[in-house]
Amino acid sequence: MKKRRSKILYVDHKFCPGCGHGIVNRLVAEVLEEMNEDKGAICAVAVGCSSLMPDTYGVDIVQSQHGRAAAVAVGIKRCRPDNMVFSYQGDGDALAIGFSETMYAAIRNENITVILINNNNFGMTGGQMSPTTLENQRTTTSPYGRDVSLTGKPLDVMKLMGTLDVAYLARGTLTDIKEITKTKKYIRKAFEAQKNKAGYSLVEILSPCPTNWGMTPLNACKHINQVVQSVYPLGEYQGGGK
Amino acid sequence: MEKLIIHRESCKGCQYCIVNCPKEALTMTGPINIAGYMTTEVDADKCITCGICYNVCPDYVYEILEEEAKA
Repeated sequence: MKKRRSKILYVDHKFCPGCGHGIVNRLVAEVLEEMNEDKGAICAVAVGCSSLMPDTYGVDIVQSQHGRAAAVAVGIKRCRPDNMVFSYQGDGDALAIGFSETMYAAIRNENITVILINNNNFGMTGGQMSPTTLENQRTTTSPYGRDVSLTGKPLDVMKLMGTLDVAYLARGTLTDIKEITKTKKYIRKAFEAQKNKAGYSLVEILSPCPTNWGMTPLNACKHINQVVQSVYPLGEYQGGGK
Repeated sequence: MEKLIIHRESCKGCQYCIVNCPKEALTMTGPINIAGYMTTEVDADKCITCGICYNVCPDYVYEILEEEAKA
């Protein structure tokens, strides 16, 4: 079983040690190559750790203003309906600053794919609280733990979008080989939904953020298995053929 | 014959490969790379080139290639 690095990953990325972005970058690259869509794929990124990608990722990338990647992806898709178009965003980007763009792309069932990396904080800017930060989780802007009576409960995007008429919704994680394989399957199904013109597809991926969680990479994976997954259950939520 | 190739200059020492290796063929005993991270070493006798280290590595350190094509 030969395993060769994808041509899309033409140079080493700049993410922190143990960060899940590197794995998701590879999974998306492999899925695009397997579907023969790597030449025409267009990616929209905004601000966050994903904004490191234009330097290191070998597909055409448009960097938009903070949070607006979904709206930019919709515009590209409407102009170039035959190209595979996806937005690659973090949870702070897509669910805090770009909440309106993310939701309205889903409400209109636009034919794009959104890859949403959920690491429970604003990673690049120094670990501030995001809508998906867990209850009592310490961040740089919630140093005593997130107080849900003041800031509301963690935002579950699968529950929000589950009520809408969208093509595919799934949530995966990256903590071991089994979950990585499942996540790749979810990403493949999301891109297939776009190819079949079924409409909006979103894959949320629970990713370790060892730097901002103040943990070793291995402890960050344990934290996802023991704590984060109880708040954000894994699986296919819509369009999974159940 | 397939062989595991380790690109140590990319390694950041997260150890995901070590805990996921089913044959315990990987250890944290490689040389320190140019970025200052500890890197891994493979025991070629134990390695079955299953590709799990390739799949879990966030930094694309591993490749599995035919032995003559390793360059």
